[in-house]
Amino acid sequence: MSTPGLLVSASPHLSARATTPAIMWNVVGSLVPVLCMAFYLFGISALLVTAAATAGALLPERIWGTKGSLGDGSAVITGVLLALTLPPGIPLWMAFTGGFFGIACGKLVFGGLGMNPFNPALLGRAFLQAAFPVALTTWPVPGGSWWSLKGDNLAWPLMTGHAPDAITAPTPLGLMKFEHQATSFAELFAGTTGGTLGETSACVILICGAYLAVRRFLEWRIPASILATVALLSALLFLVDAARYPSPLFMLGSGGLMLGAVYMATDMVTSPTTRAGCWIFGVGIGILVVIIRLWGGLAEGVMYAILLMNAAVPFINRWTQPRVFGTGKVEVRS
Amino acid sequence: MSLHTLQSMAATFRHGVHPPESKHATAGLGVRRMPYPSEIVLPMRQHTGSPARPIVSAGERVERGDKIAEATGWVSVPMHASAAGTVSALELCPHPDGSYAEAARIAVDPFSAQDQRRRILPEWSELTPKELVAAVREAGLVGLGGAAFPTHVKLTPPEDQPLDVLLLNGCECEPYLTTDHRTMVDFPERVLLGTRIMMRCLGVERCLIGIENNKPDAIEALRARLPDDLDLAVVGLSVKYPQGAEKMLIKAVLDREVPSGGLPMNVGAVVQNVASVATIAEVFETGLPLLERIVTVTGPGVAEPANLIVPVGTKIGDLLDACGGLRDDAREIVAGGPMMGIAQRSLEAPVLKGTSGIVVLTEEECRRRRRHPCIRCGSCLDACPVYLNPQLLGRLADKARYQEMNEHHLADCMLCGCCSYVCPSNIPLSQLFQLSKGALRRTQGAA
Repeated sequence: MSTPGLLVSASPHLSARATTPAIMWNVVGSLVPVLCMAFYLFGISALLVTAAATAGALLPERIWGTKGSLGDGSAVITGVLLALTLPPGIPLWMAFTGGFFGIACGKLVFGGLGMNPFNPALLGRAFLQAAFPVALTTWPVPGGSWWSLKGDNLAWPLMTGHAPDAITAPTPLGLMKFEHQATSFAELFAGTTGGTLGETSACVILICGAYLAVRRFLEWRIPASILATVALLSALLFLVDAARYPSPLFMLGSGGLMLGAVYMATDMVTSPTTRAGCWIFGVGIGILVVIIRLWGGLAEGVMYAILLMNAAVPFINRWTQPRVFGTGKVEVRS
Repeated sequence: MSLHTLQSMAATFRHGVHPPESKHATAGLGVRRMPYPSEIVLPMRQHTGSPARPIVSAGERVERGDKIAEATGWVSVPMHASAAGTVSALELCPHPDGSYAEAARIAVDPFSAQDQRRRILPEWSELTPKELVAAVREAGLVGLGGAAFPTHVKLTPPEDQPLDVLLLNGCECEPYLTTDHRTMVDFPERVLLGTRIMMRCLGVERCLIGIENNKPDAIEALRARLPDDLDLAVVGLSVKYPQGAEKMLIKAVLDREVPSGGLPMNVGAVVQNVASVATIAEVFETGLPLLERIVTVTGPGVAEPANLIVPVGTKIGDLLDACGGLRDDAREIVAGGPMMGIAQRSLEAPVLKGTSGIVVLTEEECRRRRRHPCIRCGSCLDACPVYLNPQLLGRLADKARYQEMNEHHLADCMLCGCCSYVCPSNIPLSQLFQLSKGALRRTQGAA
């Protein structure tokens, strides 16, 4: 008694426009200007490192991921984001390894997209930092010819040694931490300082993030709370002792804070699902960033701050479950 | 001030979604009558509660308005022949919910004028509230908004339950549907008379009519006719789905929160849909029981969208034929609105008392079916009007952990579909919840 050709599906029969692949590819698209900025500053090396890290991320997704999961764009995001946390002169095979580790051990072992507790790009970066500390802290000077390679891009795997004539420039955070020398906010905002591919221009990242937030592909509460917390805490400290602590503007503009706050912490999978949780998550990251930067052994603390708060997400979610309609303090008339 | 700011200032509830309204095709069309079909199918199960029991047998001649089935309990209503003809069979027939249900088939007499006959129901003004309720029940009246809850039960709150307000639901928040809209524009007097009758039955002094702001002509039509002797007001509400859900309407209009597991009367309110109220007036005007209703037939898959007065029991196929038939690209036929309605597999299923619309969608509008993994984006949490965590419930449902779902307030889910609608991974959350509710009922029934 059925009429052929009719679709019989469960309600609702309509759906909103955004799809998971669309969200992911929009994030990838929004990273293009950031990549252009990296190319502008570091030349062809920026693109090569990005390509290597992305290839490293895609390979395990292709081998062990569920069928068709390459198309959802999430592995591409991991690869590109990882590349943006790397120095432009890093050997390409290391970038590749980082991407591979991030996806294989940071995502697929947990069951693929949606199941991983930690941001896979940051996990890849943490792996590289632990395995190759020197390569991860060698910063070529921005500028120079766009078509010349930086540092050791073409080094062979596991061969030690530096290109002897590599000119390195310390990052603003390194200068601050170890030489106690501040960089101006204008330079930081425009991005013409030494650093990783993506930690250089706060301005471009903010604009790209704003685009995603307007399209509702990004939870604005997270970067807002991170940046506000960092600004507030460092302003307090700056007021207490301006000689010892850097200015809040410096704290905001330097290092990977912008990239981390806008792109890493907002990874939907590894951030809280509740709105209240997002505020707590962001404030936690902000506090940890300030603590690690000012009192920790490392110059930069965004990566570990986010990874630590990633670990806290299940608890945050549990604490901030919404009050169900009609429960709690409800006035019953009878 | 922009339109958006104005809307956000209007009364509403938290969360919810904004699907495209898609009401333009029929919002401006006055209701018209469709010709009688050649056959009527009247399922015994058309209302919430226990099904009616047939009192006619095959071969029997029935006139329009004759009782053909009697109520079988307090939460049950009788059924009436919506056209004159001959009962051809009492058998299992396709039901719009997808199952087969016992139904009376009536071969409509092509030579009958389907005339109005003498009153069956008494004049309302001579009746006491108790007699009114009995007459309402005898007329087979149920809520026409979709759930088809028997009206007389709603009109009989427990004695110890104080009520202070009657809320009329003119939201019609489902996309595409314009049944309630046209009822208010074309029959405002009936809405107001029905309101008067309901207020007398309930003994409440105050009535508020909640209408979404996308129906200014309906708001105008009712405001222009408000009677002086009743405490009656029209409240414009912001356009948001599911504004017409009872709990959401009460929250928006009265700022009262119906307790979890409770009923509107627990906060002193009774909610009734405007079309149901108009029908109360109609049955007392004509003296005939509930025999027909207004149905919006619309959607991009229908040749000539319309708001029709349809005899209850008309087969969906006949109804579509009265609207120029299906277009070639018609893909999904939904009884009810596209957010909560039921997709039809057969054009043989009839229009019920609670069928507010037939929406025909093409592939383009149909919900996407390719499922992706949940990325914990939290959109469903921001959409759920009763503040559940659909993301968590969905994961539990996938693992058949129904008892835990129960602890996370699955019972408060009203299957409005907001979570499924917004899910970027196309996870059929509300379908999972419906299945889980069923599974829980079975285990609880077994225990």
